[in-house]
Amino acid sequence: MTVAFNRDRLIHIFKRLAIHSILLIGALFSLFPFVWMVLTSLKSYIEASAAESFFPSRWLFSNYVQAWNQVGLFPRYFENTLFMAVTTTLGVLITSSLAGYAFARMRFPGRDTLFIILLSTMMVPFEVTLIPNFILMRDLHWIDRYEALIIPWTASAFSIFLLRQFFKAIPSELYDAAVLDGCTHLQFLWSIVLPLSKPALITSALFTFLGSWNSLMWPLLVTNNPVMRPLQIGITSFITDAGTEVQYLLAAVTISVIPVILIYFFLQRWFIEGVARVGIRG
Amino acid sequence: MVSPTQESGQHPIMRRRVLHHIDWTAYLYILPAFVILAVFHIFPVFYAIDISLNKGAINQFKFVGLQNYARALASPDFWTALVNTFSFALMTIFAAIALGLLFAYLLYQGVRGQSVYRTVYFLPYVLSTVGSSIVWAWVFDPSSGLANLALKAIGAQPLRWLIEPKGVFQLIGGQFNLSVPAWLHGPSLALVAIAIYTVWQTVGYNIVIFLAGLTNIPGEIYDAAQIDGANSLQLFRYITFPLLSPTLFFVLVISIIGSFQSFNQIYAMNTAAAQALGGPLGTTYTMTVYMFDQLYTYSNYGYASAIAVLLSVLILILTLLNFRFVGPRAETQEAGE
Repeated sequence: MTVAFNRDRLIHIFKRLAIHSILLIGALFSLFPFVWMVLTSLKSYIEASAAESFFPSRWLFSNYVQAWNQVGLFPRYFENTLFMAVTTTLGVLITSSLAGYAFARMRFPGRDTLFIILLSTMMVPFEVTLIPNFILMRDLHWIDRYEALIIPWTASAFSIFLLRQFFKAIPSELYDAAVLDGCTHLQFLWSIVLPLSKPALITSALFTFLGSWNSLMWPLLVTNNPVMRPLQIGITSFITDAGTEVQYLLAAVTISVIPVILIYFFLQRWFIEGVARVGIRG
Repeated sequence: MVSPTQESGQHPIMRRRVLHHIDWTAYLYILPAFVILAVFHIFPVFYAIDISLNKGAINQFKFVGLQNYARALASPDFWTALVNTFSFALMTIFAAIALGLLFAYLLYQGVRGQSVYRTVYFLPYVLSTVGSSIVWAWVFDPSSGLANLALKAIGAQPLRWLIEPKGVFQLIGGQFNLSVPAWLHGPSLALVAIAIYTVWQTVGYNIVIFLAGLTNIPGEIYDAAQIDGANSLQLFRYITFPLLSPTLFFVLVISIIGSFQSFNQIYAMNTAAAQALGGPLGTTYTMTVYMFDQLYTYSNYGYASAIAVLLSVLILILTLLNFRFVGPRAETQEAGE
């Protein structure tokens, strides 16, 4: 009896151990590039390019000041990206909340057809619209202007879909009660629906913010003036500007990822819930 | 989402009023989103088809019919790009789904620190491709990179990774002094290295989605099967896998669309490894990179549009095939629950 118990227990422990080792290897694999990036960004030029020791012999936090100042426009790149990402995100939240609400709660002729037309835009590869949009930007004289970086991306079929799904799940009794209290649609949306849809709002905000913060191909096409370029292009130009000075390059990359990581850490609880719900309903 | 019983529980008069009332203001609610999507995402599709039938500079388009399409289909570069696109998609989709499933399944076993692991795995997905590609270019650096240090540690020959145009099967054959026929060379090691990096970047998303799908499977089913004496392999084969198939289908559709559209990883890796666009001997040219090169370097608007349209048609066909052949199986599995 006791022998059998011990054997089961041993198998159980062994299984747990195996699971944890695989999970841990995965975690190391995920994290290692970050750790190396931050450590190298703190090394001296000689140490960074030799890549012989893992830890820096002297921790040079001054590399960050250098990186920030070395390419004269770096602060400007940072501002451009921040402005672009925040404005685009706000735009998407506003247009998607309104449209998502109409599709979830209101009755009007052509509702389902219009919804399907909007959804079909998710299937269109970004590359197809690239050239026509570029020509459109030229014709509108939006090249090297924030309008080109922001306005085409202030609506998203994905966000509308996500918000509509959440809005639909809110019991209609709440709306009926609100109407009896003399609430308009806009008041109901603002004071009841939106606060109840936090995971969906945060998910669509985070995806939009990430997409905008990390965008590369579109800004590359619609900006020529370095003053208008965002961080991601700024970093690539850093490679040529700073030559082989790996430590400054990696300090610049670290600076560019800090805001995104912070936002992700603070919002991840809602975000994961949001992503999970899209996955299930997909 | 509202069930019929819930709806009939409302006051009858109010219900009729709500049902028959048309909200004309709804059009105002959808107007901003609709205008943006119509102008920048729907109209451009038709415009792209139009441009693809022309050649010349932007303000001097000359109608040439289907010439750009004929040129693409006759160009060896186009077919190389197509093959590279398929290799890249096969490698990344298969690995990211298999690893995503494995890690989600392990996390689902109720391990301690599940949320910490989940956060860590998702982290690469959050990072910009430009940033992480610089780090990965170092990992694959031939002289001081981590990948070669690891190979050295196990006593293997160092590789040239991102600057290696030779096919992986060709390299493996070379180790055993075998000559591999050209059609069996496989994707270049450079493309495989970019695929490894892409899997690192995207697998976290799959883990989160799969984990959500797994959590959705009712625990009673497992209990019942365990009482009947099913082992853990049988549990996975006969319960987890079929019940997870709708999620699997969703991930597959998203992954196919995503991988055929991949551009940033390849472009950024080429830049970070100081390679020309397309990598060593053009072996990392995919459809998107080829299109971008035609547009950005050569200003061939019509030709680039034709490639983009062909790519969209390809994605559309693959998605429809998916819905036609894989979708119904996923649905019946779910209904069989």
